[in-house]
Order: sequence, then C-alpha cells, then structure tokens
Amino acid sequence: MSSGARERIFARLHATDTGTIEVPKVDVPPLAASGKEENLERLQQLMTAMRTEVHLTDRGSWTDRLVELAAEKQWKSLLYGPDSPIGSELTAAWDSIGKALPELVPYDGTVDTFKERLFSSIDAGITGAKGAVADTGAIILWPTPAEPRLMSLVPPVHIAVLDADRIYGSFAEAMEADGWAKQMPTNALLISGPSKTADIEFTLVFGVHGPKEMVVIIRK
Amino acid sequence: MATAPSFDFDGNVDRALADGQLRTNLRRAMDILVEKRRAVFDDTENLQALRSAGNAIKRRALSKLPQLLEKLEKNCEKNGIRVHWAEETQEANRIVLDIVRSHGVAEVVKGKSMVSEEMHLNRYLADHDVEALETDLGEFIIQLNGETPSHIIVPAIHKNKDEVADIFHEKIPDTPYTEDVEALTAIARKVLRKRFAAAKVGVSGVNFAVAETGTLLLVENEGNGRMCTTAPDVHVAVMGLEKVVEKLSDVPPLLRLLTGSATGQLITTYVNMITSPRKEAEKDGPKEVHLVILDNGRSRILADPELRQTLLCIRCGTCLNHCPVYLRIGGHAYGHVYPGPIGKILTPQMEGLDRAGVLALASSLCGACAEVCPVKIPIPSLIRRLRAESYAGGDKKAVPGGGCSRNLTETMIWKGWELVNLMPTANRLSLKAAGLLGGRAPKIGPLRKWTCTRTSPVFARESLHERTKKEGVKDE
Repeated sequence: MSSGARERIFARLHATDTGTIEVPKVDVPPLAASGKEENLERLQQLMTAMRTEVHLTDRGSWTDRLVELAAEKQWKSLLYGPDSPIGSELTAAWDSIGKALPELVPYDGTVDTFKERLFSSIDAGITGAKGAVADTGAIILWPTPAEPRLMSLVPPVHIAVLDADRIYGSFAEAMEADGWAKQMPTNALLISGPSKTADIEFTLVFGVHGPKEMVVIIRK
Repeated sequence: MATAPSFDFDGNVDRALADGQLRTNLRRAMDILVEKRRAVFDDTENLQALRSAGNAIKRRALSKLPQLLEKLEKNCEKNGIRVHWAEETQEANRIVLDIVRSHGVAEVVKGKSMVSEEMHLNRYLADHDVEALETDLGEFIIQLNGETPSHIIVPAIHKNKDEVADIFHEKIPDTPYTEDVEALTAIARKVLRKRFAAAKVGVSGVNFAVAETGTLLLVENEGNGRMCTTAPDVHVAVMGLEKVVEKLSDVPPLLRLLTGSATGQLITTYVNMITSPRKEAEKDGPKEVHLVILDNGRSRILADPELRQTLLCIRCGTCLNHCPVYLRIGGHAYGHVYPGPIGKILTPQMEGLDRAGVLALASSLCGACAEVCPVKIPIPSLIRRLRAESYAGGDKKAVPGGGCSRNLTETMIWKGWELVNLMPTANRLSLKAAGLLGGRAPKIGPLRKWTCTRTSPVFARESLHERTKKEGVKDE
C-alpha cells in the first residue's frame, strides 16, 4: 500500500517538468569578516543577552572556576562523561580538592538503566562544546557516546566547556570549516541559551522543558 | 450556483469581530511580533538580499523536487531512518498509528507540527485509543482546552494569562489558580517532565530536510522538541514533501529567515539536527527513527507554474502577523488549519475552491504579506489567481473545484456588458441610463453586500464621451 503511494507521488512529481522552474542566480549575502577577538566578544554579548552565564578562563584553570560555581550554586550532583575529553580533567580536579564538592555522576550506562535518576536527581550536566557561532550567539554540540544527548537537556543546569579558538563567525563558516556535510553525527545542536518560552502573552520565561540555566566556560 | 463553503466563514468572522477580548489579545500580540521582526532585520538591504537568497534556494529545491526527495530517502535509509510515503492525510495517520501500535503503547508525546495538524493526527490517534500529548507550552494550553492552534507559530496567541490561569486551574488536578506566568510555566514543566520520562514514542514535525545528508532539522525554544526526539525509544517525524532542501549549506540563510520572520529571533534556543537513530555505542536517543513524507495535494500544486510558488513557504507565520484581516479575526475564524494569507492560498488548493475558495476573498490585497514573506511568495497575486480560478470556464481546471463560483446571472451580466460595449447604440443608451439612475444603486439583492457598507459612487449626468464631443479637448 505504502509503496504504491510512493510510486503515485513520484509519478505526479515527475509529470511536472520541474527543470523549467526558473532559479534566480542569487548569492547569500556575505557576512563581514570578523576577527577572533570580535567573535569572542559577540558570542559573549549575545549569549549573555539570552541569559547564559559566560565565564572566560585560562586553559589550565577552568576547573577552578567550575568548583567556585558549584559552591556558589550549591549543586549536589554533576553529571559528566568519564570518557570525554574533559572527563579526566574533572576527576583529577575533584581528586585534588579535598573539600565538599558535588558528587560527580558518570553517564556510563545506556539511558534505559539510567533514566529515572537522570530525570529526578541530577542538578547539573557538563559537556564539552564542539565550537560556537558568533553572529547568532550559540554553541555547537555534537553529542558522542562519551557525552550522550540527554546530558545537555534533562538536568536543570547545563555547563558547556568551549575552547576560544573554536568560535566561528557564522554557522555557515563552522559547517564549512569542519566539513559537516561529509560526516553528520547522529545529532548536532546549536544552543543559544537556557530553554525558554513566550507562549503566554509574550512574557519571556526561562526554564521550560530543557535546562533552566546555561553556563558556558570559555577556555583561552 | 456557487457551492456553499464547507464552513460558516461569515458567521465565524462576525463572532470574531464581536469578541473584544480576542481583538485586544491579537492586537497586542501582533504589534509585538511585528516590532520584534523589524528589530532583528534592522538592515533593510541585507534583508532584501537574504530574502532573494531564500527565494532562490527554495526555487532550486522545487526545480529538483523529485530528485531531491529520492536523494533524501536514500540518505535517510542509509543512515537508518525509515522513510514512509503518504498520498493523503488518512494514509499518513495510519502509518503513524501502525508504528505506535507496533510498540504496544497507548500514548505519544508530541512536538509542535503544523503538518500533524493538517493530518488531524491527534484526533485520529484518539479515535484509535492512543493519546497524543502536545508538549509545546502553547499547544499544551489549547489542547487542555479542547482547541486547535490559532496561529502557526504561537498557537495560543488568542489567549491571555487570565484565560490560561483558568484553564490550568480547571483542567490540571490540584492546581491552584495563578496568573503568574512563571508559575504557570513551572506547572507545565512539572506535568510534562513525567510524561517525557515515561514516553516510548515521540512525534515531531520537520522544519527542513536536507537531501545531501539525510538530516532532519527542527527549531524550537522550549526543549520539548528535543525531548520528544531524544528521550523516547522511537521518534516519528512527519513532513510535507516541500520541506526538502538540497544542501546543508542551504540551511543557514533559511534558518536566519525563519527565526527572524517567525519570532524576531536571531536564532532559536535550539537548532536540532537529526541524522540517524541511536548508533551502536551510543547511550541514548531513539533506537528507531521514522520519517513520514506527506503529499496531500502538494504534487498537484507543483504542476501549475504560478501556484507552485505556494510550495516555497517555510511556515514562519509572518504573513499572519502582518495581515490586517488576521489581526481582526484571528486564526480560528478561517475554519482551517492554516490561517491568514498563507492559508488563503494553501487551503483552497488543498481542499478545493468549492469548499474553501471563500478564504481567498478575505483579503484587501494590501500587499503586506508579499512584502514581508521571507521567500518572496507573491501571495496577493496568487489570491487573485485563485479568485479567477473560481470563475474559470472550460474543462481544464488548474485547481480542484475550479469554476465553482460561475453562475448564470453573472455570466449573463458579463455577456450583456460585452454586447453593450460592442454596439454603439446600446452603449449610448446604457450610459444615459447610468447617468440618470446610477445614483440609486439598490441596497437590496446581490448589490447589497457592497452598498450597505459603502458610499455609492456618484455618476456624472453626461458621459466623458459626450462631454468631449461637446466641449472638445483642452490640450494644456
């Protein structure tokens, strides 16, 4: 039945000589080239405007900032990917600091074994970011087996760790530079802030179904 | 005789115009949306260039539509996404139901999707004992109240917070009355979280489907779309076949146009790109992803060189926001899934001019929709074309129900007009008669609709022809 539908749909589509449809020769308006510093500044400005907390740190001291944030925000549990690039740095930092820190919860089984805990008792999730897009203000996330998709969605806080040299001028530039078209992952995301809605009288409310807070730590 | 439309449009309009609360809510909402769009597209030159690019990208997609759909299917299947084809909405509904049933569940969580509204999927599933829970806040509100969306982007735009407070208080057990918007949002979050965690099947729409990579792209702000497409074991995406674009590099300009036009945002909170189900080592995400591609008249619309521009639409809803008619009557009055200017051209082509052609009359042809359309659909021209098609003669009809408004009286009148203009004596006499009697256009009969709300034109005693003969032409 369904295959018959396919054939009939295509028969109708092919009945039209779509090749005669005029396609105007138009180029996408080019973006003004922007330098690294400008990109960083714009990303910070736009994401902050969408209520993301942006922290700039040195390459080596980002975990210190994270520890400060954890204390300030009183997270009790922090979901992380033990096999992710930031995983070992996190465990090392946690090991070296003796004082009370949020429990590091590894996302190390499939969601089927972990869903209840994930939805009920995790305060924050931390992931790396593949990059960021300056002109619209968003981080790029390619979830991996080490850092699964729900880590950046279910916990009330999402912390993304971004390297400053991975900030691109635009989405188009990022896709081009990393050859996205040749290797699309299971899921790729642009995230511009905590989840939000304006569905009731255009009153902007943050924290609907996704994270209520978003923190980006940029490592220079 | 003209066939009666399938719904009481005049009655709907009268009721909407008399609803003061509705008009207040709409006025406020439209002003905000128009202003936000203007602010995000503050560079006019850039906006025009971007619109031209958007138009060219979508035209290019139409010019290769069958090839791109084949490519999309091939790449999706290669990635592990199962592709289903449906000629009409019932078939699409059945496909979704079969998938749901094959997993033995009685409820699905749903992200906002206009094509699922077009299918009346929720009603179909309910008739087959499957609950489809809307999870977008606006959709959640109106579903609780047994309504359908009145706007394609902001479904509960017709409701104010007091009304939402009432709905939550009445329909969600143990919910105190509150008009605090943050509190209302928190209530929805709490109710729906449990459902996301428990859901086995999630249903979503698609904003763009990329043929080159077999990727489904969804935009949203709330995170419910990501929930529906990530937390359950099975994800079913539904799309109209015009959603396909050729390349991944086509996406950024379209995305900018979509979010800017729809809500005045540079970007939504989430741009969610899905290319495959859960792979071997991955720990979450659906194990099955299905894509249901719906025709429902689109392949027919493609055949007409002018009307096919309807298929360029990216469903941003900005034509609604700028429409003086929508502003006054809201989305429900249109009686169909797609309201406003896009609905005026899309619905009659899908449903037939005999059933929905009246929608094309609900326009002042002010041209605002064409001016703001991000992909430059000449909506007013298409509205006029559909009006003409309603009176089309002959056997070859470009649109179903074409010629439905043709009637003997009007045909005779136009025939008479033709004769009068061909015969000088008759012409002279009729001009004389118009001069004498024209001031007394009757406020009854078929002319009443026009004359009862407008000042009648004043006819000159003498025709221009006569005066020219008498007075000559002063040539300076």
